[in-house]
Amino acid sequence: MRNIYYLLRKEFRQIFRDPAILRMIFIMPALQLLILPFAADYEVKNIEIAIVDYDHSDYSMQLTNKLSHSGYFKLMANASSHHDAMEMVSKDEVDMFIEIPKSFEKELVREDKASLSLVINAVNGTKGNLGAAYAMAIVNEFNQEVRMEWIKLPRINPEPMIEVTFSNWYNALSNYQTFMVPGILAVLLTMVGGFLSALNIVKEKEIGTIEQINVSPIRKYEFILGKLIPFWLLGFIILTIGLVISFVVHGIIPGGNIGLLYLFSSVYLLGILGFGLMISNFTYTQQQAMMVAFFFMLIFILLSGLYTQIESMPTWAQKLAWLNPVTYMVEVMRMVLLKGADFWDILPHIKVVAFGGLILNGLAIWSYRKRN
Amino acid sequence: MISVNQISKAYGAKKEIPALTSVDFEVSKGELFGLIGPDGSGKTTLFRILTTLILADSGTAAVAGFDVEKDMFKIRNIVGYMPGRFSLYQDLSVRENLEFYATIFNTTIEKNYHLIKDIYVQIEPFANRRAGALSGGMKQKLALCCALIHKPEVLFLDEPTTGVDVVSRKEFWEMLKRLKSEGITILVSTPYMDEAELCDRIALIDKGRILEVATPAALVNTMDSPVWAISTGKVYAAMQLLSSFEGIGEVYPFGESLHAVVDAGFKDTAGLKLRLQKAGIADAEVAIISPTIEDVFMHKMKQAPHA
Repeated sequence: MRNIYYLLRKEFRQIFRDPAILRMIFIMPALQLLILPFAADYEVKNIEIAIVDYDHSDYSMQLTNKLSHSGYFKLMANASSHHDAMEMVSKDEVDMFIEIPKSFEKELVREDKASLSLVINAVNGTKGNLGAAYAMAIVNEFNQEVRMEWIKLPRINPEPMIEVTFSNWYNALSNYQTFMVPGILAVLLTMVGGFLSALNIVKEKEIGTIEQINVSPIRKYEFILGKLIPFWLLGFIILTIGLVISFVVHGIIPGGNIGLLYLFSSVYLLGILGFGLMISNFTYTQQQAMMVAFFFMLIFILLSGLYTQIESMPTWAQKLAWLNPVTYMVEVMRMVLLKGADFWDILPHIKVVAFGGLILNGLAIWSYRKRN
Repeated sequence: MISVNQISKAYGAKKEIPALTSVDFEVSKGELFGLIGPDGSGKTTLFRILTTLILADSGTAAVAGFDVEKDMFKIRNIVGYMPGRFSLYQDLSVRENLEFYATIFNTTIEKNYHLIKDIYVQIEPFANRRAGALSGGMKQKLALCCALIHKPEVLFLDEPTTGVDVVSRKEFWEMLKRLKSEGITILVSTPYMDEAELCDRIALIDKGRILEVATPAALVNTMDSPVWAISTGKVYAAMQLLSSFEGIGEVYPFGESLHAVVDAGFKDTAGLKLRLQKAGIADAEVAIISPTIEDVFMHKMKQAPHA
């Protein structure tokens, strides 16, 4: 135990003397949390639209107004023909256009039905889908309004109408920032735990200092603990900085007990540190360690449900996602911060992560050889 | 104090690169023992086996009576190791490095200060400087301090003077003599033959094999063939010419002249001079010299099997 104290003292001296590490610990989380939630936004607004109005009627004007005032669309042009509008789409001047045929109003009034055509640039699938959905909703609403004008209300509505009203819970304004911040925080913790610990151990190999440690009475487990404990503690510092930023800048007031986040993070970081340790066992230079860590990090982040829904992944990818430790961290962050989950809610996550941590650390210690 | 019995070690996935082949030698307590050999002769591998960093493929070795495999933790408490490559913490200061190595051996700088005092006073003005910012010679001195701070019984120094200037080298060896008088057993490796003379005993090692173990004086006496020195301005031409002469064994450059090992019965230096002059080496001078350790090494290396 005495040796661990000396190792820790040495380790902290080195960490607080290394400007790169300090920047990574304090500035990186701050920047990521300040920039990413604002920039990485999935909400699709300002879809650029053109209208091809062959009808020039009252109703076609009403529909055009409705579309352009919805807030989702930006009316870019009134094209004179289908051909012109198509050209605009191909030149990327607009994302979609609506074509109102010549007899739109006449048919609507006389035959009680009319057709519209919607042409969408679906290169950006999300934007295309959402644009179509928004447009459909607006056209439907317009349809309802028109019919309401005509129908002389009978005593009992012959067609039962179901109207759906929404109420958003946990993230009342469907604010994307609120959704992203906990996720980004989770990734930050992973980077510090996985990256920095791996790099730190490999640095001793690269510089050769591990030789001197290996011929001293310091035992394997003491050396490893001396490496892991500092980064475990740094993880908490980052978590704290992150929570403060998400409160001050993004106005996220934790719905649940913050203590739960620290509890979960303490277990989670142990697993991630084990992962970092593994990387360091199989690499010999910091550059190699960096590349390997980066490779895994990319997979972890993209498979974590941070940016994409796990539920919409193919089944095999979903299985992978639930093998990914970052998934659990992102989930728990969102559960506790947004939904106000309690201990029993996150207990299953704790169990899985603790189990995974045991396996990772077991493998790491097994593969760490003090001599070969 | 150190005993090495039939140690062999090979590297590579199929053990196809031999590093040490059946190495045998003994070092007694308080001895300053030199391991002399060129780069790639297996010196560092031997050090790594004796300091318990790697395991030998076969054979046994013991340090202070402890087996390098079974009693590795006991050995780690009583040896000091200075690897060939500077391997202290560059981002810690001189003082912090020394303190760290003292504390992990459960001792303090003050307790063993007398051991390192002579060296440490030279780097003390830079005690607060980071180790990475020291000059080459200073780094070596700090590394020696760190290897000594726990008063080891056996000191392993792997090429401590490689890349160090002449003055520092001299100081370094004087220090080793002082440490020897403290009763510390020292195993030191060096590629410099002139340093070999300063050891109590030396082992010549080449291509993973020990060629000879003896005191420097005895080693020189094992030379059964006379050595002649040939000085000339046309070194290369003379070397080629000499190699073709009958009765002359190895010819190799030695400083600015050439050394040639000649047959035992060969006595006529003037005759050789004449032959050289006739062949166009007009300024040739030939003299009989007493062989140095380098001569012995060159000779043994040529005679060794698989050489």
